[in-house]
Amino acid sequence: MNSLELSSLYQLTVVRFRLLFREPEAIFWIFIFPILLAVGLGIAFRNRPADVLQVGATTTQLTQALNADKGLTTTMDEAAGTQVLATGSILLLAIQRPEGVAYKFDDTNPDARTARLLVDRAIQTAAGRSDAVRAENELVHETGARYVDFVVPGLLGMNLMGSAMWGLGFSIVEARQKKLLKRLVASPMPRWQYLASFLLSRLAMLVVEVAVFLGFARVAFGVPFRGSLVQLGLLCVLTSLAFSALGLLVASRAKTMEAASGLMNLVMLPMWILSGVFFSATRFPVAIQPLVRALPLTAAIDALRGNMLQGMNIGQMIARVGILLAWFVLPFAVSLRIFRWR
Amino acid sequence: MMNGTKKADGPSLLLRGVRKAFADVKAVDGLDLEVARGECFGLLGPNGAGKTTTIEICEGLTTPDAGTVELLGLNWRTGASELRQRIGVQLQETQFPDKLTVEETLRLFRSFFKRGISVDESIETAQLEEKRRSRVVGLSGGQKQRLAMACALVGDPELLFLDEPTTGLDPQARRHLWDLVDRLKQAGRTIILTTHYMEEAERLCDRVAIMDHGRVIALGTPQQLIATVGGEDIVEFAVASGETSRAVVNAALLKAIPGVQSLDVDEGLHRLSVSELHTAVPRIFAVLREQGLHLSEFRTHSASLEDVFVRLTGRNLRDE
Repeated sequence: MNSLELSSLYQLTVVRFRLLFREPEAIFWIFIFPILLAVGLGIAFRNRPADVLQVGATTTQLTQALNADKGLTTTMDEAAGTQVLATGSILLLAIQRPEGVAYKFDDTNPDARTARLLVDRAIQTAAGRSDAVRAENELVHETGARYVDFVVPGLLGMNLMGSAMWGLGFSIVEARQKKLLKRLVASPMPRWQYLASFLLSRLAMLVVEVAVFLGFARVAFGVPFRGSLVQLGLLCVLTSLAFSALGLLVASRAKTMEAASGLMNLVMLPMWILSGVFFSATRFPVAIQPLVRALPLTAAIDALRGNMLQGMNIGQMIARVGILLAWFVLPFAVSLRIFRWR
Repeated sequence: MMNGTKKADGPSLLLRGVRKAFADVKAVDGLDLEVARGECFGLLGPNGAGKTTTIEICEGLTTPDAGTVELLGLNWRTGASELRQRIGVQLQETQFPDKLTVEETLRLFRSFFKRGISVDESIETAQLEEKRRSRVVGLSGGQKQRLAMACALVGDPELLFLDEPTTGLDPQARRHLWDLVDRLKQAGRTIILTTHYMEEAERLCDRVAIMDHGRVIALGTPQQLIATVGGEDIVEFAVASGETSRAVVNAALLKAIPGVQSLDVDEGLHRLSVSELHTAVPRIFAVLREQGLHLSEFRTHSASLEDVFVRLTGRNLRDE
């Protein structure tokens, strides 16, 4: 045996890799799942020609006026039109009244408000109104402003959270439940090395995991990388460390897998919802924004988006990086104190 | 195989006044033990007697509430890291990772020790050569137990702790493990094992402490302990007379028979410890005939540690 094979830190880390790669499900969740998710979302939110807005009108005259601009209007009476409107098949119903035209629509729906503007313009133009100022359209479809560009950093953050927390939490609780932890502390193994082996294997996996996912996003969707790649790597490492520490904290006392997975979900579920994976976290009320901002996943995703989409450097995102660092240091310190070795 | 470290005199293990309570249960209640170097020492007792708590206190996994614990002249407060290097431990019900192979598991454990035997040597000692590349999940109960033993041996320990090494194994696997322990004894290691099989203690141990309710109730070589029963053989019988199926024989008549050392009666089952079995048994039959009693059960066996336990506690070891 050479000296590397006699090193306990090396052996512990190698064991982590062996156990991971001999678990086919783990490979699916870590490597395949995020790609499938990105593909699915990419298909759902692919760039399409501008949406056709479905509207209805109550007279043939109105219908003809609308057809001049926007397609797909059908003539219907007011009662039938109201019913179709209620089911959401059309966004707006234009009703001919003796004194003029009435528009029936839901003003909380942005598409319906757009339909109101377009329909009104078409009807007014048909009635003879002319533009006071001549206007022309110049259309752009820029990379970096699409939904898929927005969602890729979100998925990356979510994936870093999931793999770090499950990776650490589950393995540790399993080892405790099977009395393996107790057996290990009965040997001369340095305890810090056991925890360090998880972090080391996590970081090594991270390189593969992030490269596969971002590489796919780049090739398949042309997602931009506007910031420094080195800093992006650092952000991924920091994110992974923060969630590893959180996973360690969750696993530091739990005696059964059931207790551990309950705790995991309790910790992760709020972040899936609040941290802006699929839509901007700014949509939540101002009152809970401080809470939302303080979550590690929010900080991670904001920082990843800042780097990838806006080309910001770490200096410009010091608050988010600080939050991530705090989420690394505090849970790690606490779990080292309360960790149950048997 | 014994490594050449200082072989100081003095006991391998010394316990003085050790106590440990969990909530309101006194698991270990004032224990004094001394185990000499090279000795194979057994802690025998029923489940819940405090054997595992005792051995885990010795292994430094449980801190006692009171008392002193010394191993190889060191204690856990000041000498823990050296002790961990010099002892070998096999715990009850450790499950090694299913998806590691025998060799990988041993390589991992070997890496924790500064010195020790090679992985190959430990595989050979535990007779796991054929299973070297098999994953733990595919091992039989006996093979898993031998792997646990091999993990305890990779550091070439001076002092080896085995907690119920054969519990749950079939008779053949148990004998296989006994042979392994025999070889380790011959290599001159100190071995401390717990068991609730008295035949195991009799077969393997130089000395035995019988434990019950956290205390040592008997201590000595298996032969000494068995001798305290009074006779070399045990006779058990039950009698029927007329309408009662379990009658009681006049104790004075039985005790008067030459060779009968003691008598217990438990729900009609008479248990006599007897020396000179060949002359005592015909006399017992004669007494029963004179009383007009008919045997409904009769058996004899050589006195064992089980009988020591029964005599001391009135219970069977495996009654729990």
